[in-house]
Amino acid sequence: MKSDNEIQKEIIQIIEKYAFDKSKVQNASAKSNIIADLKINSARIVDIILDIEEKYDIEIDDDDIPKMITVEDAVNIIKKEIQN
Amino acid sequence: MNMNNRVVVTGLGIVASNACGIVEFSDAIKNGKSGIKHVGELERLNFSCQVAGIPDYANETNLHLLEKYHLLEAGMNIKYSVIAAHEAWLDAGLPVPEINGTNVNNDTGVVIGSGVGNIDVFTDRIIPMIDKGKVRKLRSHIAEFTMFSAASANLEWIFALGNQVSSNSSACSTGTESLIMGAERIISGKAKRMIVGACEIPSPYVWGCFDSMRILSKGFNNVPEKASRPMSASASGFVPAAGAGILILEEYNTAINRGAKIYGEIIGTALNSGGQRNGGTMQAPGSIGVQKCISEAIKNARINRNDIDLICGHLSSTMADPLEIKNWTEVLQLKGELFPFVNSLKSITGHGLGAAGILEIIAAFVQLDQQFIHPSLNCEDIHPEISKLISPQKIPNKYIDDVNLNIIAKASFGFGDLNSCVIISKIK
Repeated sequence: MKSDNEIQKEIIQIIEKYAFDKSKVQNASAKSNIIADLKINSARIVDIILDIEEKYDIEIDDDDIPKMITVEDAVNIIKKEIQN
Repeated sequence: MNMNNRVVVTGLGIVASNACGIVEFSDAIKNGKSGIKHVGELERLNFSCQVAGIPDYANETNLHLLEKYHLLEAGMNIKYSVIAAHEAWLDAGLPVPEINGTNVNNDTGVVIGSGVGNIDVFTDRIIPMIDKGKVRKLRSHIAEFTMFSAASANLEWIFALGNQVSSNSSACSTGTESLIMGAERIISGKAKRMIVGACEIPSPYVWGCFDSMRILSKGFNNVPEKASRPMSASASGFVPAAGAGILILEEYNTAINRGAKIYGEIIGTALNSGGQRNGGTMQAPGSIGVQKCISEAIKNARINRNDIDLICGHLSSTMADPLEIKNWTEVLQLKGELFPFVNSLKSITGHGLGAAGILEIIAAFVQLDQQFIHPSLNCEDIHPEISKLISPQKIPNKYIDDVNLNIIAKASFGFGDLNSCVIISKIK
């Protein structure tokens, strides 16, 4: 099972694809708000979810999508689905 | 309506089957470099016409530009339009805004048209995915890639535009109409600057509609560069093509005050249709409507009929070409040696459908700016109905640069019996 840090790094790599200001994403922390801090267009959250699903071979419930506000939230959702 | 605002052109950008970029395009049209090639896919799909004009846009610079705006996965209309518009914008000496900036340019709008829109996104992605039950996997961009206004909306985002953002469509009159709509916005005083143009994708699904009508070029599949033969006795139909053209239109004083380079002025326009009556049909233009449109443009331009130095025709390599020339001779009341020079860009690039008019208007401005007339290929055997009316010397088969071009007329005629005409002039 990957560490939280490893998963966080991988999530940041995924998010970076959708950023126009890459430096904001590269300096992201666990508490960074994906939309407000990392300046990701809210429409692209769906794409980030799809990338995560493909990478970890999991399925994320639509109800969990609005809960994915920070990088840490994304890590926790992934861990939850991997354990299931 | 304020009739005093003058409209000038300050920037040009192009993605054409024979060249990408205005410098390359200028050279290509001057030297009659054809963009028409054999297309294996059309042969495989049993098309009668197996040649087409497809731009080769994917060089490093263009891909880098598309990557900057996350548009590498966009449909072709968006890609072509962004590449051409970026070129035109820079050509006009305008600064490209920061993606996350706060300034909005309220004086500038955009009208980008297309004949059929973003069919490629449907055929290549939406239909296969949805039919497999995978709608969830279409990703978030799909709506903004498919909407008809996709190209315009992306340009609005890139250039932070705050004025009208629209898309027009009027079949093969679309490109010319987009310019007229942009010009009218400026003349009315509602915008100082308009990005105008049109785009059309390469797609067998689009072109098949014309192949099934039996109106595409046949018999030249092994000699692609000879397939598009406007005004020729052996023309057998048009050659489909794709691409995009963009112009920056600007209110005259706005352009002068910022020291912009001016390619020329739009001095007259007209838009009408023939009502599909009195000889006009959905597929073929009626002479009454055509002549009315051209006359109106000439009157709007306040020029005399014999002031026109060059006609950049619609002339698509179909049976309609002789009638088009006849209509011009009747409106201008000029024949033989007195008729202006006439050429057809379609002989070189193929028929860009919705984009055709704008590609041809760009060619007109290039010729006006650089003072040459490009050749009209493949009409060594001029149609007898045409050679009855005008001197063969008026259809150049090589470029002519010993000219004094002041006024050029451009007309487009689209399915639906739709007509558009633009008169352009060197700036005075």
